[in-house]
Amino acid sequence: MGRIALEQVAKSFGEVEVIPPLNLTIEDGEFCVFVGPSGCGKSTLLRLIAGLEDISSGTIRIDGNDASTTPPAKRGLAMVFQSYALYPHMSVRKNIAFPMRMAGIPQDEQDRRIDAAAKALNLTDYLDRRPGQLSGGQRQRVAIGRAIVREPAAFLFDEPLSNLDAALRVGMRLEISELHERLKTTMIYVTHDQVEAMTMADKIVVLRAGCIEQVGSPLDLYRSPRNLFVAGFIGSPRMNLISGPEAARHDAATVGVRPEHIAISAEDGPWSGTVRVSEHLGSDTFFHVHDTGLADVITVRADGEVGFRHGDRVRLTPREDMIHRFDAQGLRLP
Amino acid sequence: MARSVTPRRKALNTALAWAIGLLIFFPILWTILTSFKTEAEAIASPPIFLGFSWTLENYAVVQERSDYMRFLINSVVIAGGSTLLGTLIAVPAAWSMAFVPSARTKDILLWMLSTKMLPAVGVLYPIYLGFISLGLLDTRIGLVIVLMLINLPIIVWMLYTYFREIPGEILEAARMDGAGLREEILYVLTPMAIPGIASTILLNFILAWNEAFWTLNLTAAQAAPLTAFIASYSSPEGLFYAKLSAASTMAIAPILILGWFSQKQLVRGLTFGAVK
Repeated sequence: MGRIALEQVAKSFGEVEVIPPLNLTIEDGEFCVFVGPSGCGKSTLLRLIAGLEDISSGTIRIDGNDASTTPPAKRGLAMVFQSYALYPHMSVRKNIAFPMRMAGIPQDEQDRRIDAAAKALNLTDYLDRRPGQLSGGQRQRVAIGRAIVREPAAFLFDEPLSNLDAALRVGMRLEISELHERLKTTMIYVTHDQVEAMTMADKIVVLRAGCIEQVGSPLDLYRSPRNLFVAGFIGSPRMNLISGPEAARHDAATVGVRPEHIAISAEDGPWSGTVRVSEHLGSDTFFHVHDTGLADVITVRADGEVGFRHGDRVRLTPREDMIHRFDAQGLRLP
Repeated sequence: MARSVTPRRKALNTALAWAIGLLIFFPILWTILTSFKTEAEAIASPPIFLGFSWTLENYAVVQERSDYMRFLINSVVIAGGSTLLGTLIAVPAAWSMAFVPSARTKDILLWMLSTKMLPAVGVLYPIYLGFISLGLLDTRIGLVIVLMLINLPIIVWMLYTYFREIPGEILEAARMDGAGLREEILYVLTPMAIPGIASTILLNFILAWNEAFWTLNLTAAQAAPLTAFIASYSSPEGLFYAKLSAASTMAIAPILILGWFSQKQLVRGLTFGAVK
């Protein structure tokens, strides 16, 4: 079981309030991602849950019990760090065994769990090596193995993939998702990468300056961002935000339309502009269109076959039913 | 990609390394060689390199004229005592600076280092007078304290650098894994810090062993270490190079042997952090 509830949890460092009081519930078995730009307090929030930082006020409940002042090890949570944080002087086997050794689990049970974890994470051949002799991906798997053997109520991941190269990151992303499918254990995952958030999460928590901007499923956030910040943060490439007369035409201060909801053609469309850059990805092409009189640049996502070039005059057609409207405060209009 | 090294180039590099190594070692080698010469051969011009009549006479004379063991024991006590005392003070100091830094930690570190910028002779007079009034002149305990104090900034800095290399996340991981403070120190911190502490102790011992300014100025007979032993052969009756060399060889032999056996540790410690 691993239901985690934050009630009016706040954190200040001296005079500086980094997290104003917030409420959040993470259900048992949920894969919850904290996402936001760097410095938004997402790692601090995770460390508060882990117990590595003390909360300034409020209550943290794990499975209903008040764990606000419980020391980290007693909370039944396991953490995977960005830097892996393996013990460099111990073999992989001893690294994985360490939490069990601290908990006084009998040796034969330790061995059984280590073998199971090693098998699941493809580490069987590396058990007697030191962390220094492993690649980045293998090290991260050891760190995950060390977390698994504790059979925790929840896993906490603090930007676990950001030290890996792009190809490895995609692979590990899948492995962690599979692990979640298999274990069905609550996972809280911190990242600044909205692609990781969208692909892995059951529930995304978007944070800015310590405040929760929106909580919801990836598609909720994509379809109905609550404000301009979430609208700009979720989705890749970013949503086009347009203000001025075009927004006024829709009775809004700002309207947003995602690049994939704009059609591009040579002749037809209410908007016109000049292609400044075209990025061909094969499957898709991104056009950066300037001189539209709407915004500095309008990004359009088109089929891979569409072949406009730098300098071409184009016409753009937004899908009216996919236009998001925001008021002067940046809040979503119904 | 590793750069390809031609055999020719490799040989050249090896020769160059040997040449530089010998150049650095030459003064010590020359001292050792001279200690086996007669006084006449020692000042012969042109100098004789190996073709002299080897003699142990200088060692016999030096041993006869002064009590080498007494100086040696003083050196061991002073260098060892100041190192031990310094380490006991520096480990907790560097520890707290590295792991629980305050807003002033950097300033304190810089201030500590700044004390090394003052020439030692600048504080000789006050310290000398202080020693007289405290009755510490020519005592081992006095030298232990002074050498500990002058080397303390360097030990704290070295240890601080080593401890900083230990990522805080590893300690947090240990805490998450259920390690209490005792287990954290015993199973995680100490094994990771030992190479750094060991090389710091070694370097501090060598510095204290070779320290000459304070040991010469604050001792007379009772607490005089090997530096005073060497110095006693340098001036009063004119220069006796061979005997001076014999005394020097006897003084540096222990530290040379210690350094030889611990060179692997020392090199690893001094280059710690240079390669990740």
